[in-house]
Amino acid sequence: MNLAAKDIRHNLARFALTTFGIGLLLMIVMGMAGIYRGLVAEAVLLVDKIGADLWLVQGSTRGPFAEISRVPANLEDRARAVPGVASARRFVSHTVQRERHGRPLRIVVQGLAWPEDQGNWVPLVAGRPLRQAHYEMIADRTLGLALGEKVQLGKDVYQVVGLTKGMLGSGGDGLAFFTVSDALAIQFDVPGEATRLERQARHARGEAQDLGRVQPLLLERSLGPATTLPAFTPPQVSAVMVTLQPGADAAKVAATFATWYDVTVYSTQQQIELLLSGMVDKSRRQIGLFSVLLMIISTIIIALIIYTLTLDKIHDIALLKLIGARNSVIVGLILHEALLIGALAYGLAWWLGQFAFPKFPRLVLIETPDLIALAGIVLGISILASLLGIGKALRIEPNKVLS
Amino acid sequence: MKTNPPAIEAFNLTKIYGHGNTEVVAMNHVSLRVERGEVVALLGPSGAGKSTLLTALGLINPPTSGRIEFSGTLVLEADHPQVDLRSFRRKHLGFVFQKANLIPFLTAVENIQIAMEINDIPPRTARRRALELLDYLGVAPRAGNRPDALSGGQQQRVAVARALANQPSLILADEPTAALDSHRGRQVMELFRKVAHEQGAGVIVVTHDHRALDVFDRILEMEDGQIRSESRVPARPKEFPAQN
Repeated sequence: MNLAAKDIRHNLARFALTTFGIGLLLMIVMGMAGIYRGLVAEAVLLVDKIGADLWLVQGSTRGPFAEISRVPANLEDRARAVPGVASARRFVSHTVQRERHGRPLRIVVQGLAWPEDQGNWVPLVAGRPLRQAHYEMIADRTLGLALGEKVQLGKDVYQVVGLTKGMLGSGGDGLAFFTVSDALAIQFDVPGEATRLERQARHARGEAQDLGRVQPLLLERSLGPATTLPAFTPPQVSAVMVTLQPGADAAKVAATFATWYDVTVYSTQQQIELLLSGMVDKSRRQIGLFSVLLMIISTIIIALIIYTLTLDKIHDIALLKLIGARNSVIVGLILHEALLIGALAYGLAWWLGQFAFPKFPRLVLIETPDLIALAGIVLGISILASLLGIGKALRIEPNKVLS
Repeated sequence: MKTNPPAIEAFNLTKIYGHGNTEVVAMNHVSLRVERGEVVALLGPSGAGKSTLLTALGLINPPTSGRIEFSGTLVLEADHPQVDLRSFRRKHLGFVFQKANLIPFLTAVENIQIAMEINDIPPRTARRRALELLDYLGVAPRAGNRPDALSGGQQQRVAVARALANQPSLILADEPTAALDSHRGRQVMELFRKVAHEQGAGVIVVTHDHRALDVFDRILEMEDGQIRSESRVPARPKEFPAQN
C-alpha cells in the first residue's frame, strides 16, 4: 500500500496547490535555461546561417558583432584575389528603430551583396528572395510585417517580398535583409540640411588642402554626392565574408589575410566564440545565478511543505512505529510525497511552458539535455527537501501516540 | 507434564522518572503473568501506574529495572532490549487505545491492512484477512469508509481488528471504552473476551468501567505503582452472540 498516495488523496487541495506553486517556480527555472539557450541561439544564428568561412574585419577589432567594424567595400576585391578564395561578400549589419502604428519597431538591417547574394540562402516561410537591386526586403515574422507590405525607411519605401521565421539578431530583434546599397542608404540616411552642411564643410576642407588646389574638378565634386568622391570617402561596410574553394586550406588562407595590416581575420568558429564570450557570457552568468536562487527557493518551499505535512502526521507516524512499522515505511511515506511533488511540479512546469514560452518576447529554447538536467536537479532537491521531514519523523517516539 | 508458556510474564518491573529531588517511582516491583486466552482487567485510580505498566509490557516505555518474557522468551532486561523491539511489537503485540487512533487518510479496511503489510503479508492476503476481521467484528459494511465517517464504536472495533491483524500473542488495551457509551463499551469488552478465547491471545485491559468487569477472567488492582489485589471472576460461557 502506498501510504504517500493515500495521504495525498486525503490532502488533495493542499497538495495540488503546493504542486502548482512549485510547478510555476520550476517553469521559471526551465524558462531561464531556455532564455539562455535562446540568447546563444540568437547570437550565433546569423553567423551560423550566412555560410561564410572567414570574416575580414577592421584591424585590431573584434567586429562586426562584438564591436563596431569598418572596412572599405573594395576589400572584397582584394580578398577575391587571394588563392583559395571562392567568393567574398560585403557584410553590412546595423539596427534601426522606427515607429510603426505608434509602437517602436526595431529592425536589424542586414545587407546582402547584390547581385551575387540575393538571399537564396535565407530560410523563407513565405514569399521569395530579392529580385531587384533596390526597394525590396525580406523580413522576419517577429517584425510584424506582412508579405507585400510597404515600409518607409529613410527616404525610400521598401516592399516586403519574403518572410522568415526565427531569424533574429543577437539582441533578439528581427532581421530584415536588403541589398547592401539599400542597407547603407538606411544607415546613412541624414536630413537634407545635414547633407548640405556636410558638402559645404567638405568643400571648405578641400580648399584648404593641396589636393583641392591641384585637382579643381575634385573640389567641384565635393559639393555633390559623396558617392562621386571615392578618393575622399570610400564606401564603408562592416566586414567582408569570405567563402573558400572546396578543399582549400582555411588556415593557409587565413594566414595570408593575417599578413594584411589593415584587417583582422576570424573563422566562423572564432566569431561564434567572440559572440559567446563577450556578449552572452554575462547574461549566462546572471541567468545561472538567478536559476540557482530559484532552485534554492524551490528546495526550501518543498522542504517546508514536506515538513508541515510530516508534522501533521506525527501522531500517525508514532502509531505506525508503535505497531512495528520499519523506518523504511516511514521514510518511504515522506520521500514518496516529496518525489511526487517534485515529479508532478516538473511535469506541470513543462506543460505550462509549452503555452507560456512561445509568448515570451525573446526566444526561449528548451533543449532535451537541459530538461534531463533539470529533472535530475528536481529529483535531487526533492530528496534534499524531504530530509528535514524524515529527520523529524525518525525522532518521533512511538509512545507519542498515547499523548 | 509440560505446560504452555504464558502470553507474557513480567518480573519485578520498576519505573522511575527523574532523579534526585524530582524522582518519581511510577511502578514499583510489579510482577505479572497472563496466560494465552486470558482476559485481565487492570484497575486503579489515576496515577496508580496502570499506563506505565501497560507501556512497559507493550515494549514502548522500557522499565528502569525488571524483565519481561513473551512465551518464555526474554525480550527486555531493564531498559536493555534482547530483541528488535519494533519487529517484536509488529509480530507479537496488538494495541488498542482510549481513542481508536486510526490513520485518518486510510479507510477502515486499509487501517487493518497496513498493520499486516508492514508485517510482510502480501497486500492481497492482507486485504482479504482485513475484510474477514471487519466481518468478524461486525463492521464489514463500513470497510471502505475513512475514520471520520465512522461512529466512535465502529472506530474502536476497527482498532480492535487492527490489533488482531497479525494474530498477536498479547493484546494491550488502555481504557478502550472511555469514549463510548456503556452499551458500546460493553460490546467492545465482550469483543476482547471473544478474541482472547477464540484466538488464544492474552488480553490486558486498563479500565475504569466497573460495569463490565464480569467480562474478565481476572482483575488486578493497582495503587501507588504496585499491584495491591488480584481476584478471579467466576467462569462464564465462552460463546457470545455476534456483535452489531
